[in-house]
Amino acid sequence: MQINRRDFLKKAGIAGVSLIAGGMLYKVFKGDDIISVTDQSNVNTRWAMLIDMKKCAGKPDCTDCIFACNKGHNVPEIADIRREIKWIWKADFESVFPENTNEYTDASVRSQNVIVACNHCENPPCVRVCPVGATWKRADGIVMMDHHRCIGCRYCMAACPYGSRSFNWKDPRRILSRNDINAEYPVRTKGVVEKCNFCAERIDTGKQPLCVEACTERAILFGNIADSGSEIRRALKGKHVLRRKAELGTNPEIYYLI
Amino acid sequence: MLEKVLTGKKHYWMLIGGLLALMIPGIFFYVKQIQEGLAVTGMSRDVSWGLYISQFTFLVGVAASAVVVVIPYYLHNIKQFGRLVILGEFLAVSAVFMCLLFIFADMGQPFRILNVLLYPSPNSLMFWDTVALLGYLVLNLVIAWTALSAEYKGVPVPGWITPLIYLSIPWAISIHTVTAFLYAGLPGRPLWLTSIMGARFIASAFASGPSLLILLCLIVRKYTSFDPGIPQLKAVARIVIYALIINLFFIILEFFTAYYSGIPSHRHSLEYLYFGLTGNGSLVWFMRISLVLGVAGLAGLLFQSKRENTTLLTVSLIAVFFSVWLDKGLGLVVGGFIPTPFESITEYSPAITEIAVSLSIFAVGFLILTMLYKIVITIRVSNEG
Repeated sequence: MQINRRDFLKKAGIAGVSLIAGGMLYKVFKGDDIISVTDQSNVNTRWAMLIDMKKCAGKPDCTDCIFACNKGHNVPEIADIRREIKWIWKADFESVFPENTNEYTDASVRSQNVIVACNHCENPPCVRVCPVGATWKRADGIVMMDHHRCIGCRYCMAACPYGSRSFNWKDPRRILSRNDINAEYPVRTKGVVEKCNFCAERIDTGKQPLCVEACTERAILFGNIADSGSEIRRALKGKHVLRRKAELGTNPEIYYLI
Repeated sequence: MLEKVLTGKKHYWMLIGGLLALMIPGIFFYVKQIQEGLAVTGMSRDVSWGLYISQFTFLVGVAASAVVVVIPYYLHNIKQFGRLVILGEFLAVSAVFMCLLFIFADMGQPFRILNVLLYPSPNSLMFWDTVALLGYLVLNLVIAWTALSAEYKGVPVPGWITPLIYLSIPWAISIHTVTAFLYAGLPGRPLWLTSIMGARFIASAFASGPSLLILLCLIVRKYTSFDPGIPQLKAVARIVIYALIINLFFIILEFFTAYYSGIPSHRHSLEYLYFGLTGNGSLVWFMRISLVLGVAGLAGLLFQSKRENTTLLTVSLIAVFFSVWLDKGLGLVVGGFIPTPFESITEYSPAITEIAVSLSIFAVGFLILTMLYKIVITIRVSNEG
């Protein structure tokens, strides 16, 4: 068979492109597109949180953790609930765990406040859908946001099954008062998505997250769940814990002790 | 050929002027949106996509439906569709163009949109959708323009275009499948998490898109001296009938699974859309009207086939078009967000900004369409006359 240079280049080009595209698709189907998702065997750090709801319920009006987070991360306070920015907040038990509520559940339990934030899922749907890689998962499990790359398409908000993501509908700099801005942490611009980052900036310097530090009841425990000797693993031992919408397979890293 | 858009009769210039005028308010509102942020829209933390993304979704269907005239003509060699093919492809071009504008209008940081190409993310369906839409735009523009040039010069269509035409057929199916995948792969949105989403998108697209094409051809027939041919249009209307029946059937399937299984999360969104949930139901009447229009349009299309005049055909097609528009261009996207992941309800209604900007984008699309159709018609009329 005769083959000239032009035909060869054409065929080689088609083969090359199909190989690359095929490889990409294969990764997506296997789930390898989400960094270090499938292989957890050699991960030695996985940050997780255990929230003790009994301890938290002891002080129903307390907002120490929320306040500390908002202040530390320059989260603006917005009155219009439709446009709120929320990193960590309270919601009632019934709406956080609808599948764990039945018609005989006490009203007091139903309305009990539960602390919610980004779950830093092991299989984060938000990371999978982001068209620009502006949200990604670190090797230690923290789901991060790059506010400079985000195009504001809000696909991650549609993908998150927990409503953990907020969009800057307006410029947050106009809402934050100048004196309250924490210069240590960047202020966002309008038109980008944001969420809890497990205080990655503090973890990396060996500190605990702000919410953990702020809680006087010690209701939030933070630690390395991959380490069998860690405090969080000891606290989990023999306990029945809940995770939000565990049936979706996202594997949230926030555990609730009821 | 392009010079044909510069000459025309009074009607042509009035249409161009009207579309330009329709664009103006949206431009002002868009500038405001850029300055203030998306807070000027009706969208919220809970319903984070609204009218813009809905229109995008609907118009991808209109674009994909060009294949309904391409397949019979190029694959089955049914010559009578020859008068419609280029019109269908140009409709696809303008629809894809509107899709891209709607995505752009929805961005929080529109000036960063090239990040999609700078950081290609094959794990995101949005990336594939961008690739598919841009490719489809180029394919249709090249194919239709080349075929029209050949017609203009009175020479046969060049052979190199054939593989592109064959490529455009699966490509059309793929743009709408990928658009359905945008929704159908998200774990926390039960309304969208259905495997017939892709099939339903294509069925509803093949009902609404060709309806619009026939309506446009009827307008062309009435106001210009080019006649696309009533038998041809009626043949396309038969395709609309089949697609519409399949689409209505798929709606029944969705209801069956959600209600017979009784799984609350699967039922809730449908309940919100068609009956109202815990006293909230701002879309209920739109969705019911959509169903009524769909069924009425189907009946009308079945009865019109034996009639000489085109009144019933026209009315039925308008009904079908708006039926699908209400369903896909309004209810589907918004309904997916209701109830919220916390089982609460935040309702959505578009703000004046979104309506004005959307009208502007439609005006841009129809301006492009008008100019492309002007070229086709001028060439055909002078060739035939």
